[in-house]
Amino acid sequence: MQFLSYLISGISLGSVYALIALGYTMVYGIAKMLNFAHGDIIMIGSYVIFFAFGSFGWNPLVAVLFSMVICTILGVLIERVAYRPLREAPSLAVLITAIGVSYLLQQVAQLLWTSNAKSFTSVVGLQKITLFDGQLIISGETIVTILVCIVIMVFLTLFVNHTVPGHAMLAVSEDRGAAQLMGVNVNATISLTFAIGSALAAVAGALLCSTYPSLSPTTGAMPGIKAFVAAVFGGIGSIPGAFIGGILLGIIENLSKAYISTQLSDAIVFAVLIVVLLVKPTGLLGKKVNVKV
Amino acid sequence: MGEMLSVKNINVFYGSIHAIRDVSFHVDDGEIVTLIGANGAGKTTTMHAISGLLKLQSGEITYCGEIISKMEAHKIIRLGLSQVPEGRRVFSGLTVQQNLMLGAYTRRDGKEAIQNDFDMVYELLPRLKERRGQLAGTLSGGEQQMLAIGRALMCKPKMLLLDEPSMGLSPLLVKEIFKIIRDVNRNGVTVLLVEQNAKMALEIANRAYVLETGTIKMEGDAHELANNIEVRKAYLGC
Repeated sequence: MQFLSYLISGISLGSVYALIALGYTMVYGIAKMLNFAHGDIIMIGSYVIFFAFGSFGWNPLVAVLFSMVICTILGVLIERVAYRPLREAPSLAVLITAIGVSYLLQQVAQLLWTSNAKSFTSVVGLQKITLFDGQLIISGETIVTILVCIVIMVFLTLFVNHTVPGHAMLAVSEDRGAAQLMGVNVNATISLTFAIGSALAAVAGALLCSTYPSLSPTTGAMPGIKAFVAAVFGGIGSIPGAFIGGILLGIIENLSKAYISTQLSDAIVFAVLIVVLLVKPTGLLGKKVNVKV
Repeated sequence: MGEMLSVKNINVFYGSIHAIRDVSFHVDDGEIVTLIGANGAGKTTTMHAISGLLKLQSGEITYCGEIISKMEAHKIIRLGLSQVPEGRRVFSGLTVQQNLMLGAYTRRDGKEAIQNDFDMVYELLPRLKERRGQLAGTLSGGEQQMLAIGRALMCKPKMLLLDEPSMGLSPLLVKEIFKIIRDVNRNGVTVLLVEQNAKMALEIANRAYVLETGTIKMEGDAHELANNIEVRKAYLGC
């Protein structure tokens, strides 16, 4: 029963990673860049909820929606100002810019809200449920996190595979030039990708801080890196890969914490990544890319 | 028959390489014009310059009286200037049907009109109809080329740019593809055809230009060029 409990909270943590990883993987697939500022969008989104819900007492759902709007605007703005001018630049320049944006967001947050951790009030109103005569307790946050992740995954898959803008995204991801020849506006498609990824980051932030209620300017950094690992783990560029990678990572992390060592859990997570990449360099669901010379 | 596409003194650079030097040519309404030349002559560069994928250093391209050389690629196609790129470049992760649907991405004239063009494309290229649910990546080279042509036709173009449609295909398939190009032209679509297979290209074209190391070396009636001694030596191997 203990194991089941660790497993379920692992899936819940993994769902948060999956939501963040979706942002990484979609942006990578379509814009061919690693947006290392993605984790910090989560942090900004969480502060928005902290003030809207915690301080101003808005309805929690409205606060989350508001945070999604702010994060979407922020994500699209960052892409427009920092990344778009570098569209033709070497990928290293873009990568370093992304790291710079990440620090910028953290420092701005620190200036505005100090580096002291704030205690986040959970936005989940659901009561915990008790099963098997009190042997298994599942918190409301855990249930909501898993459900939200599943719903988002289903909608995103339907959107990408069965709508015209979704197909345009797949087309840009596969061959930017050919997509342009079909009349697809590449810049608009990349903006849309950043918008979706950032909105998901806001949701991930709300769920993450509801489960782990301490919010500081560096809150997004570690989950951001872990979600990046999850995306690589599942095969970067692949949406189902991000989902599976995220969930597996959460489970591995939680079980390591429970049965091996709390301090070593992160090391174990990264070790698993190294092993996976040695065995299957493209990740679990990644496609082999043939580079044309 | 008015002038549909006019390319005037264009210069294109790839980094520091001067790939296209002062190239000028034109295509009239209803024609098939071919641009022949060896590997590296600048044919694909010219095509990309027209479709907006590459920027010009200088010169001007006009299409139906509108200057398109400063326009973005995704807007140029909206004017009815569609390209079948070199190497087909179909979207391998999407089905045949979805590829064709993306070809109609710019259209806003309703489901029915688009359905009509699906029927038109499937009639012209019946093999695509058999394979419409199949992923494009699993098609043979010839079928992918047909898909690339079908996809380019789905935007209802007035003019079609074809870049090396015969590349990597068996002689029988090349014949089939050229027949399709001729059919497309008979249906009222103006064609600019870039080819290394000069023999086939000169057979179906009205006029031709010979491109060599980034400049136009010869131009004229396709039939006359096919009988020109220099052209025969250099491009037809006889």
